[in-house]
Parts: sequence; C-alpha cells; structure tokens
Amino acid sequence: MGELATEKHVQYILSVEKKKDDFQSVVMEHLRMNGAYWGLTALDILGKLDTVDADEVVSWVMSCQHESGGFSGNVGHDPHILYTLSAVQVLALFDKLDVLDVDKVTNYVVGLQNEDGSFSGDIWGEVDSRFSYIAILCLSLLHQLDKINVEKAVNFVVSCKNMDGGFGCTPGGESHSGQIFCCVGALALTGSLHHVDKDLLGWWLCERQVKSGGLNGRPEKLPDVCYSWWVLSSLIMIDRVHWISKEKLIKFILDCQDTENGGISDRPDDAVDVYHTYFGIAGLSLLEYPSLKPIDPAYALPVDVVNRIRLGKRHAI
Amino acid sequence: MVPIRLWRLPKQDFSELMGYFRAVYRADERSPRSLHLTAEAIAMNPGNYTVWHFRRLILEALNVDLHDELNFLDNIAESNTKNYQIWHHRRWVAQKLGTDAANKELEFTRKIISLDSKNYHAWSHRQWVLQALGGWEDELDYCHELLKEDVFNNSAWNQRYFVITRSPLLGGLKSMRESEVNYTVEAILAHPENESSWRYLRGLYAGDTQSWIIAPQVSSVCLKVLGSRINFVFALSTLLDLLSHGFPSTQAFRDAVDALRVPDDNQTDSNLAKTACLILERVDPIRVNYWLWQKSKLPQ
Ligand SMILES: [Zn+2]
Repeated sequence: MGELATEKHVQYILSVEKKKDDFQSVVMEHLRMNGAYWGLTALDILGKLDTVDADEVVSWVMSCQHESGGFSGNVGHDPHILYTLSAVQVLALFDKLDVLDVDKVTNYVVGLQNEDGSFSGDIWGEVDSRFSYIAILCLSLLHQLDKINVEKAVNFVVSCKNMDGGFGCTPGGESHSGQIFCCVGALALTGSLHHVDKDLLGWWLCERQVKSGGLNGRPEKLPDVCYSWWVLSSLIMIDRVHWISKEKLIKFILDCQDTENGGISDRPDDAVDVYHTYFGIAGLSLLEYPSLKPIDPAYALPVDVVNRIRLGKRHAI
Repeated sequence: MVPIRLWRLPKQDFSELMGYFRAVYRADERSPRSLHLTAEAIAMNPGNYTVWHFRRLILEALNVDLHDELNFLDNIAESNTKNYQIWHHRRWVAQKLGTDAANKELEFTRKIISLDSKNYHAWSHRQWVLQALGGWEDELDYCHELLKEDVFNNSAWNQRYFVITRSPLLGGLKSMRESEVNYTVEAILAHPENESSWRYLRGLYAGDTQSWIIAPQVSSVCLKVLGSRINFVFALSTLLDLLSHGFPSTQAFRDAVDALRVPDDNQTDSNLAKTACLILERVDPIRVNYWLWQKSKLPQ
C-alpha cells in the first residue's frame, strides 16, 4: 500500500487556489467559497494552513458578504446558505470569526427557516434537508442556535427518515449517504440523536462498503472517495464506525491519489479535483491516519478549531 | 460528482459573454436582451446560480409564457441531468404553471430516468410533482415497469414505498401489505442477493413487529433462500432479525442453517441465532465486526 503524498497534495491545493484564470476556474468561479473551504480545511488537516495568507483570504471572504447578511460563492454573485456556511467555516479556520457582524449573519439564516421547520437555500425557496444541517451548523459556530425554532427544525429532519434507517432530501426521498450525513449531523448538533435508529442505520451504512474497500452512496452504485466522508462521519456520529473495514477503506483512498502531481480523485485513475482531495484527506483523518489533524465529524472542521469555538462560548458565558 | 459539461468554446468568448452578463446584472436590466444573455450564459455554464436567479427576475418582470421556459429547459436538461440549478428552476416554473404542468413533468422525469434510472434530482422532482400537482394514477405501474427492467434499482423500490404509503388513491401501507409482500417475495426469490428488495420487505412491516414475526410469507422466503445455499446473506440476517424479535424457529430452520456450515466452522452452537452469526462472519468478512456485534447482543 502506498502512503499519503502529503507534500504533493499541498502543492496541488495551492496551485488550484492560484489558478484563477484557466477555463475550469472561470466556470467554477461561482462556487469559489466552497472551493476555499475544501482546499483550506484540507491544508489545515495536513498541518499546512500557514502557507496561505490569512488576511488576504479573510478580506476576500468578507467582500462576498451581502446586505442581507448572507455570503455568495464569489464576488458579484447572489447570497446562498451553502456559501454562507463555507464563509463562516473558513473564518473559523483562521480564528477570525470576530470580524463578523454575528447578528447580521444570524438574521440571514433565521430568515430562511420555513413554517414547517425546514430551511430554504436562499430567497428562491428550494427546500432540502442539506440546508437544515447547514443552517444549524452555521448558527452553532456562531453560538446562535437558540435564534431558530430548533424543535421544528429537528422535526423536519426526522420527517425525512426512511424505513431503512437512512434519510432523504425531503420526506419520502430515497436514502442517500450525503443526505444521511446532513441529517445525522443536524441531529447531532442539536442533541437529538435519539431520533436515529442507530443499529438499523449503522447496518445500512456499513453495507455501503464494497469489495474494493471503497464506499458507495446508495445500493448498487459505484464507490467514490467523497462517500468516505459522508458515510464515515455518519458512522462515527452514531458510534458504529468499527462496523466497516478501516484498512480496506484507507487503501481505497490512497489508491485514488495522483502521486505525481498531487490531488485525489473519486475513483482510482480518474482526474483529481479539490473537492475529492478534501474528502479523501478528511476521510483519512477520520480513519486516524498518522500525522493528520483530527477532524470533527459533525462540524466538518479540525477538532482544535471546534474546541476553540466551544471554549469561546464558555468564556462568553 | 460529475464533471461539468461545457460547450467547447474558446475562453475568450466565454469571458466576453460573462462580461456582458455582469453588466446587465449590475444594472438590473430586466429586458428581452438580458433574458437572451442569460440563456447564452446558461448554455455555456449551467452551474452558475446567479445567472439563474437573474433569469427568474427577468421572467417575472417580462411576464413570459412559462410553457416556453419549460421547452427551453428541456433542451438543456438532457446533458445536465445532475445540475441542481436546472432542477430547481424547473420546479419554480412548474409550480407557477400548477396542475397543468403535472403531465409534462411526469413525462419529463420519466425521460430522464430512462437515461439514468437512479438520478436523485429526477426522482426528487417527480415526488414533488405527484404531491404538489397530482398524477398518482399510473405510478405503481411505473415502478413495476422499472423494477422489471432492473430489480436492483433502489430508487424504484423507494418510489414504490413512497406510492404505497402516500398515494391518496391507495389505502395506505396496511391495506397494500399483502399484495406487496407477494410481489416482493417473488422479486427476492429471483435475486436473493438484492439488498433493496429485502429492505422493502422489512419496510412493509414498519412499526408492526408482531405481524412481521408471524407472517408465513416472510419466514418461508427466508427458508427457501437458505435452502438454496447461495446468496443467502440477507436471508440469514433476516432470520436473525426475526429470531431477535421472538420468532419461534423450527427444525426446518435449524437444518437449513446447519447445512450452510462448512467443515471449518468447527464452532457449532445449539443456539440458532449464534450459528447464524458465525456463518455471517465467515461469508461477509468485510462486515465481520457488525456480525460480531449481532452475536454479542444475543442472550447468553
Ligand atoms: Zn464523489
């Protein structure tokens, strides 16, 4: 089995950040905030966050904030809850949450909660259990969870639970590892994990491991590195991670590296991207791969960052 | 995640077009010209959500016939079936058109599903259409059609469960149970290695464990699959589930499980559930810890 090509991955991530002008970057520019979160969190897990100019990143992040309090994926775009969370997470990485007008961001997120407890992604009203997690995490990082109706928010997430123990995007939607991560995360952050049928869900999740060691998102689908994160973090949150073979999964992720130019792909021999690079590294961190910073499965941030924020709360009280 | 599909266009033209777009967007110019620009920008990069947002504002301002908008979407949808923006926009348009749009939307999702039978967006849109605009009449048949094509299609099983539990035209889970159990048993016997059909069977007894353990169809399908001695993991785990809920096993089950042991399984146990666990540990080694846990919670 190969080893994690740490140095190459750092170079790859830094090069993606710098390549603002190539074709792919122009096309992806609207979600640069997500890209920043993926790349920078990966760097932090690798212990190399100090290779980036924090002030430059923070001022760019803040230039993406709108009057409504929400953040857009880049300068010149509309605000959306997806990018608002990424912005808050990036600021948290650099210990710069204090630059935020907390009430303003909070009001934006609070305004997206619907009567039934669900959340919309933006003013256009798309509803998805992913947005429940994002809203809850965003407010948790700001110590403002009490500003929404948590009980209703939890009830909506629970209404997305299926008979196989998993969760879908809306009530009745098919169980999917990505949605499960969001729903379990939302329940974990609100202290509501008793709503999860842990044994049933744990079994469904460990059935996602296929012969190659990789994890898929649904029955009969191909394994993919990003599901290492969705499935693993869910299993950890419900305390069932020992039900899969960690060794085989580590091998699968390492097999997806581009050991020449850095970066990780969805499956062995595919093209790498920063999204799968982050999820591969984050997955390895959850698997306690040597010399990686531990990452928190619910906050999707390094544990030391989460502890800093929790400690900050204690001081505030 | 799928790679973004792009028109093979020189970067120069793309940047120029986006420059025009940003100009009308900043000026908030809700004109036919702007509408046209958004169409071009979307064709080149359908992932850019800001362009979609602005397009909706323009559509509202110009009072455009939204049937035309659905046609516009049809043309770009097939090559972008996993793009969140397109689906969200489609829902926005269909919602405005109301029940008129139900047939077209069911037709449209059917087409996308025929290209990619597990497309999460298409299924999600279809469930929304049924609940918001109606059109439940043929849905169970549609599920059957898809399962006939591919009985491993978990999305189709999920939709089937959605229909039997939520369709206003059927009597709900309990009244559908018997016919659904028969349907599922047949599917299981054809492919006993199918995770989806076994989970569906269990789902038919959700919240009614008493009926689950006494249902003769359930224990008999387990026994049949165990008797075949191939692809029996789900049958054996189902038996384990039945036993854990108080199912009274018979000699026939004991014999069937005993027959699955190999000479290496020198550990025999008088406890049927424990023997089942020992076998599962061997035949499903990647999940050995799960089966060990199952074994550990058996009464000693
Ligand atoms: Zn992926």
